[in-house]
Amino acid sequence: MTVITIDKACCKGCNICLTACPKKIFVKSKKRNNYGTAMPEAKDPENCIQCRMCERLCPDGAIDVEGDKQ
Amino acid sequence: MNKLYQKYIKTESLPTLFCPGCGNGIVQYAAIEAFDKLGIADDVACVSGIGCSSWIPCYFELDVIHTMHGRAIAFAEGLKLAQPKKKIMVFTGDGDCLAIGGNHLLHAAARNIDLTVVMVNNYIYGMTGGQKSPTTPMGSKTKTSPFGCYDEPLNGCKLVMALGASHVARWTTAHPVQLAKAIEDGLEHKGFSFIEVLSQCPVQAGKNVYGEKDPAKIMEGYKECTYRYREGEPPVEGKIPIGTFRKDETATEYLERVEARLASEGIRK
Repeated sequence: MTVITIDKACCKGCNICLTACPKKIFVKSKKRNNYGTAMPEAKDPENCIQCRMCERLCPDGAIDVEGDKQ
Repeated sequence: MNKLYQKYIKTESLPTLFCPGCGNGIVQYAAIEAFDKLGIADDVACVSGIGCSSWIPCYFELDVIHTMHGRAIAFAEGLKLAQPKKKIMVFTGDGDCLAIGGNHLLHAAARNIDLTVVMVNNYIYGMTGGQKSPTTPMGSKTKTSPFGCYDEPLNGCKLVMALGASHVARWTTAHPVQLAKAIEDGLEHKGFSFIEVLSQCPVQAGKNVYGEKDPAKIMEGYKECTYRYREGEPPVEGKIPIGTFRKDETATEYLERVEARLASEGIRK
């Protein structure tokens, strides 16, 4: 079970996570962040393999992956 | 918000002042990942100069000095001599380290003093509006070189290796795991360790320097235009080597030399 949360206050909408994810879980959405740009959305969190590449490559620390896989 | 950020970053000062897609945030995460893995966050003190990348340690919940332009390494050397047990980390940019503070970098590398210098190289002066920096590639158009720049770019890693730095590595923001490992190695290594990080500045450098404006595409480009350096293997033409260039554990550190000299003269036992 994986829970992916994207912080609305930290995200700036650079869309690095869209290409960083090997499973392409993040997709563009119409939701706006506090910065005023479109922020991504986690579509199918059950496909996540918890490589934590999105956490490492998010320049603003907005993404948090919670899960038990190692 | 990320769990490591909650642990090591001043969350009340977030969001950071970096532009969307800036590579500095990735270097920030790699640094706190290294602190977390070693468990030495209380022993680390950070020093930085002026520039976008010098804002990186200002968000850490650690001892931080934000100093004058280019003098970060000079302040760090003084701090190391006063507090020999602390692990000193310096965050600088390419202009701060190679142009304005070039003199201090040369002498710190020649002394082989125990510092960990992380140079975030985005090929441009980002904070002041996109002027040409010492590492700007030949032919790229910037605000101060509108007809393309004519200078040969400076290679920071080769420079400090020639002077005798004992740990030299280069990674990019597209390799965050290896970058965190390199910072970890640098903190554990006794001697001058210099880690160059090829970063991106999508706002100021963007299309003129990297040929791409999208941060994700610039990072993909870094994966394509680099090759893994291994000792003894022939270099690949037209590509940038990345990896650990030197790790010399036998070189004597500056503080050890000073202590030995003081002991030989009977000043210190």
